[in-house]
Amino acid sequence: MGREKEKAEPTRRSFLNILWIVLGGVALAEFVAVAFAFLRPRKLKVRGEDTDSIITAGAVGRFEPNSVTAFVRGKFYLARLEDGGFLALSRTCTHLGCSVPWMEKEMKFACPCHGSTFDITGNVIEAPAPRALDIYPITTENNIIKVDARKPIKRSSFSVEQVVYPKKKA
Amino acid sequence: MQENNVMPDRLNLLQRIRYSIFPGTLQRPAYRDRYRNFFNSLILHFRPRSVQERTLRFTLTWGLGGMAVVLVCVLFATGLMLKFVYQPVPDRAYESIVHLQNNVLFGQLIRNVHHWSGNILLIIVFLHLLRVFFTGAFHPPRQFNWIIGLVMFLAVLTSNITGYLLPWDQLAFWAITICTGMLEYVPGIGEWLQKLIRGGNEIGPATISIFFAIHTAIIPACLLFLMPWHFWRVRKAGGLVIPRRSDEDEGSQDEKVPTIPNLILREIVVALVLIAVIMSISVIFNAPLEAKANPGLSPNPTKAPWYFAGIQELLLHFHPLFALFIIPVFILIALVSIPYLNYQTDTAGVWFVSHRGRRMSAVAALTAVIITPIGIIADEFVIDFAAWLPDLSSVVSNGILPAVFVLAGIIMFYWLVKKKYAATNNESIQSVFVLLMVAFIILTITGIWFRGKGMMLIWPWEIAGWVEVNNP
Repeated sequence: MGREKEKAEPTRRSFLNILWIVLGGVALAEFVAVAFAFLRPRKLKVRGEDTDSIITAGAVGRFEPNSVTAFVRGKFYLARLEDGGFLALSRTCTHLGCSVPWMEKEMKFACPCHGSTFDITGNVIEAPAPRALDIYPITTENNIIKVDARKPIKRSSFSVEQVVYPKKKA
Repeated sequence: MQENNVMPDRLNLLQRIRYSIFPGTLQRPAYRDRYRNFFNSLILHFRPRSVQERTLRFTLTWGLGGMAVVLVCVLFATGLMLKFVYQPVPDRAYESIVHLQNNVLFGQLIRNVHHWSGNILLIIVFLHLLRVFFTGAFHPPRQFNWIIGLVMFLAVLTSNITGYLLPWDQLAFWAITICTGMLEYVPGIGEWLQKLIRGGNEIGPATISIFFAIHTAIIPACLLFLMPWHFWRVRKAGGLVIPRRSDEDEGSQDEKVPTIPNLILREIVVALVLIAVIMSISVIFNAPLEAKANPGLSPNPTKAPWYFAGIQELLLHFHPLFALFIIPVFILIALVSIPYLNYQTDTAGVWFVSHRGRRMSAVAALTAVIITPIGIIADEFVIDFAAWLPDLSSVVSNGILPAVFVLAGIIMFYWLVKKKYAATNNESIQSVFVLLMVAFIILTITGIWFRGKGMMLIWPWEIAGWVEVNNP
């Protein structure tokens, strides 16, 4: 009987109680949101580090076709394919994030952690890596290769559109 | 009454100071007894006045819960000391550890004690979980305490992982790279989660700050809150489960004995022996410290910390989505649901449910010991769904297909033992638990010791040679 009565006519007290609970919930939600926003990664600004983002790799002629050059500062490899096209490959294995070294003799990238291998275009030769090595955007200006090492581009496998060809001089 | 007290004005300065701190100590022996009682009742604030005599038996608990408490205390103490020397910044972390080991008095020893206590704590809490499971100490009213225990187990695990990174050597850096790399495969939120935990795209200064904060503030705070809750629930349940034979009645009330000295003395013995063992290990074996972390050079092989070796082994056999997400989540759900399943009987206090349960557990363990290595070797050399069925995506060929096979095997095992032994579901569930647990332990052992360069399988007879080549 009593419970029915309560349901029928909400008192001022029960209304205020509900209000308190709702306000408490809102406060909790705000706190959680702020906590996550607080933890959200943001680039730490250290002087001199900004120059890391775009890396001048060098003149086109410096790189032999069918060769791979490591850039430690940008954490990428500049691969020149047989046809003269360029690819900037991330050195991070797409499996679990180990650094893959380039095996000059076997002409492949071999991950030491779980044995994935990649060819010169970054394509997977042997699993467990699920997709090709990430690439970075390349720009050429006056036959100078520049790589934007800020954000890697994910791809499932190699395709011809990813290759950058230096403009042929007439 | 007055004449019993020594008058304060007849004392010298030192005596007066002492008297002001411990007003009872200058009084007659009769009063000292009274003060001993005060201290005893301090202990009785968190221990019951008397306990069931049967629960004192060492082989009921193996002292595992008490050992975990001791180790947490040791970790708090040594961790506090390390905090005075350690610098959580990439350029300083490794150097500060080297400094600690070489220049700080007992620095190496303190680090060793912290390292070994942390690793042993993980083993102890795992054994504690097994003990609670096999004595049926998760039946009502202890159901929720099992959950609290699981949360603390995860907290200890997190503490170990976050602590693993802090030395900032090659071992730490690449193990954590792999562990956080695993997060990428969590569907939907994986990348976001990975970025949140790493504090960016790669492991760097932000990662070390985050891990340091979790390791030294969040986990200790959680434990300080969860541990008393756990103990309080034990007391609310009327103390430990009372051990009994399977044919004994549950309600058989036994003699109660006073906690002091019966329980306290036993606890002190366990604590002192454990501390002695930890100290001996720490004197003999140094905590590992390799070369400083080099983000450009992954060592070969790069392995996850030993407690993740099982998951890493799964990764070699299943698609990452299964090895890193679906299977671990399945295991977690299974663990959480253990106290809430429907059981035919309440077997709290009986080891392995019954004699039949004991036999079925042995069969399950034996099955796992035989099947798991065969499965690992077969998958390494024979089974290759991805090559046999090239048209399917690898999620199906390397994930769903083998998972279905394994699941079918588990279900078949369940029905077979249930049929053969005409078992109650307490016993069948227990035998499946044993099967999975032993299988996981074997996967872990394989991952730790039987994986060499490029994660290739090493045969037991090759191990000696492999170790020689790698540690000349």
